Amino acid sequence: MNENLFASFITPMMFGLPLVTLIVLFPSLLFPTSNRLVNNRLISLQQWMLQLVSKQMMSIHNTKGQTWALMLMSLILFIGSTNLLGLLPHSFTPTTQLSMNLGMAIPLWAGAVITGFRNKTKASLAHFLPQGTPTPLIPMLVIIETISLLIQPVALAVRLTANITAGHLLIHLIGGATLALMSINTTTALITFIILILLTVLEFAVAMIQAYVFTLLVSLYLHDNT
Amino acid sequence: MASVVPLKEEKLLEVELGELPSWILMRDFTPSGIAGAFQRGYYRYYNEYVNVKRGSIARLSLVLAAYVVFNYRRSHKELKHERPRKYH
Repeated sequence: MNENLFASFITPMMFGLPLVTLIVLFPSLLFPTSNRLVNNRLISLQQWMLQLVSKQMMSIHNTKGQTWALMLMSLILFIGSTNLLGLLPHSFTPTTQLSMNLGMAIPLWAGAVITGFRNKTKASLAHFLPQGTPTPLIPMLVIIETISLLIQPVALAVRLTANITAGHLLIHLIGGATLALMSINTTTALITFIILILLTVLEFAVAMIQAYVFTLLVSLYLHDNT
Repeated sequence: MASVVPLKEEKLLEVELGELPSWILMRDFTPSGIAGAFQRGYYRYYNEYVNVKRGSIARLSLVLAAYVVFNYRRSHKELKHERPRKYH
């Protein structure tokens, strides 16, 4: 049980070939593109959902911030679909790997911060000191604000990794416990019920993406356009 | 043994068994040929499963079930040890 618990998080290789590339690319098969005005049912549903999400998310930004719409929408689609596909039995979720989440978080955060520094230098530097702090506290507060700024990409990546990994591990554990308790009858019904609830809650991995993009979004907004 | 359609353009299921080696050798193995084969395969998948005017949940679940089976085969080696047997 010990070795097998983490075995599902190993990067899948087959005959030394990186199978993980195929698995990362698989969600794109489920989001087809089309040039028509009136599409089939699948594409129409996806377009409707995408329009809903993008309107709700990009409405806070001004013109300059809305140029990031494509990037953020593809981000939320990718993370959402990858997380949901990871809930299928035996599948591998790329977002459980910290390497990939760091690779997503650091460039996006750095882009937002650098844009903010280039276009509104004074306003970006002013973020390091909240208004109305008493004078003796200033040096310490600047240090604290710098640290909280620098920790943002790490927090983004680790949050996503930890949430998804913890959810998958819990499902493994509770599923294993249910199987082991199958010979002892009355408790199994209760535990299977707990699994069901846990899966439903985990299906709010979609909410996880919401958290991801939203946090990223808020940071972008504050740095770029304030 | 001779077929009506020229050998190069026959699909695999319609090639007769004696002609199979020459059929394989005649296929286009250049990079653009292989890319063309992938493209044809993808469009067969696309037109049958995705580009349907009133698609249903059944088609999508079929694709997802194929994905599950693919992953099961991939991780079979590690899963073998988790079976409740006395001797693994």
